[in-house]
Amino acid sequence: MILSAANIRNFFAVTLLGLTLAGCGYNTIPTLEEQAKAKWSDVQNNYQRRADLIPNLVATVQGYAKQEREVLTSVIEARAKATSIRVDASQLTDPEKVKQFQDAQNQLSGALGRLIAISENYPDLKSNQNFLALQSQLEGTENRIAVARRDYIEAVRAYNTELKTFPGILWASTFFRSNKPMAEFAASEGAAKPPQVKF
Amino acid sequence: MNVAGIFSATGGRKRMAAALMVALFAIAPAFAINFPALTGRVVDQANIIQSDTRAAVEQKSADLEEKSGIQLVVATVNSLEGQEIEPYANELFRKWALGEKKKNNGVLLLVAPNERRVRIEVGYGLEGTLTDALSKVIISNAMTPRFKAGNFSEGISRGVDDIITVLTTDASEWQKRPSLRLDYQQPVDPASWILLATLFVFFILLIVSPTFRWLLFNVVLNVLASSGSSGGRYSGGGYSGGGGGGFSGGGGSSGGGGASGSW
Repeated sequence: MILSAANIRNFFAVTLLGLTLAGCGYNTIPTLEEQAKAKWSDVQNNYQRRADLIPNLVATVQGYAKQEREVLTSVIEARAKATSIRVDASQLTDPEKVKQFQDAQNQLSGALGRLIAISENYPDLKSNQNFLALQSQLEGTENRIAVARRDYIEAVRAYNTELKTFPGILWASTFFRSNKPMAEFAASEGAAKPPQVKF
Repeated sequence: MNVAGIFSATGGRKRMAAALMVALFAIAPAFAINFPALTGRVVDQANIIQSDTRAAVEQKSADLEEKSGIQLVVATVNSLEGQEIEPYANELFRKWALGEKKKNNGVLLLVAPNERRVRIEVGYGLEGTLTDALSKVIISNAMTPRFKAGNFSEGISRGVDDIITVLTTDASEWQKRPSLRLDYQQPVDPASWILLATLFVFFILLIVSPTFRWLLFNVVLNVLASSGSSGGRYSGGGYSGGGGGGFSGGGGSSGGGGASGSW
């Protein structure tokens, strides 16, 4: 075989160089970037989970409160709008896109809040087992959204800070020049607090 | 911090120092809450559980962990410190790192008598078994009616019984749950001779091709990066000692599953 001394030396040199770079924090930027992207997909999945609950919820409410057509339609429309906007991981550096997503989801939160509020007026609906189960799932999903958002905000903060501070700034200005800061969520009242339902 | 001081002292680094300070302040609120220490399976800070109930609940929780690996902890707190119970419970769960790290199979039953709020916080791995809807049913049927009458011990005891019933009724459930999580690792393909052949080709390429060495270099970096990060923010066992018979979390995490109630 051609296992010459030079080849072995090269191999060790490459490994050593790799270890040295890793020790210097070369890995930190891509690692934090991947973490933030993973957290984003959690956020998006949880919003999707909420959207998936809505048709069932609307159908149940409709059975008891047909005359609330306006609220029901606004929920359906807001859901359609919210599910049509998806932000994939590569678009996270675009604040405009993230804001669009956020606005659409907030609108849906508002419409859902109204739906839950009017359901208070229908005692039969309020005691319907199916509705109670859906309501607790909706609450749980809103809470998961809040947790996922918090985790994402934290991950983005870590990533953006790394891009701007020493030693990350050295790597950001050389090897990772194409890495841009990611857009953070503005804290919004509606989404941070799940709608509270009294039983 | 010292680092910031050095940067500003050397001059021209003010922006960096400012960024550091911002980062430090951003982390600060996370430490602002005074969480109780995980001293055992029942942490009764608010002092509302009778001693015989406490012993019984501790025993049931220990049996459950023995049988299934699930960590069930009951906590009562004097104050939520101005927070809603949902974020409080989630942060406490993560701080205590309940459940096994790989399976995230922990459950936290949190009661805040002064705010009149109760929550069952469910770890990622049990979300499919102890669902939000079931958690809600347990809270509103077994717990809040008794809390309303001031009978905390019985409410907690009944709640724990119901949680355990749900968790143990379908034994196959918790064994297949972890596969739904992202951090679950697929079992290795048994066709190991393919692996051997790949390794052989790998080494040949390594010796022959400089381009491949460059590729490998990048792969090594990636592997190092991922092993560096999997140490985990939520790694448990951080708690040590105390008088609680050496009980500590196993490194599990929660994403906000479960339900809350009030009375």
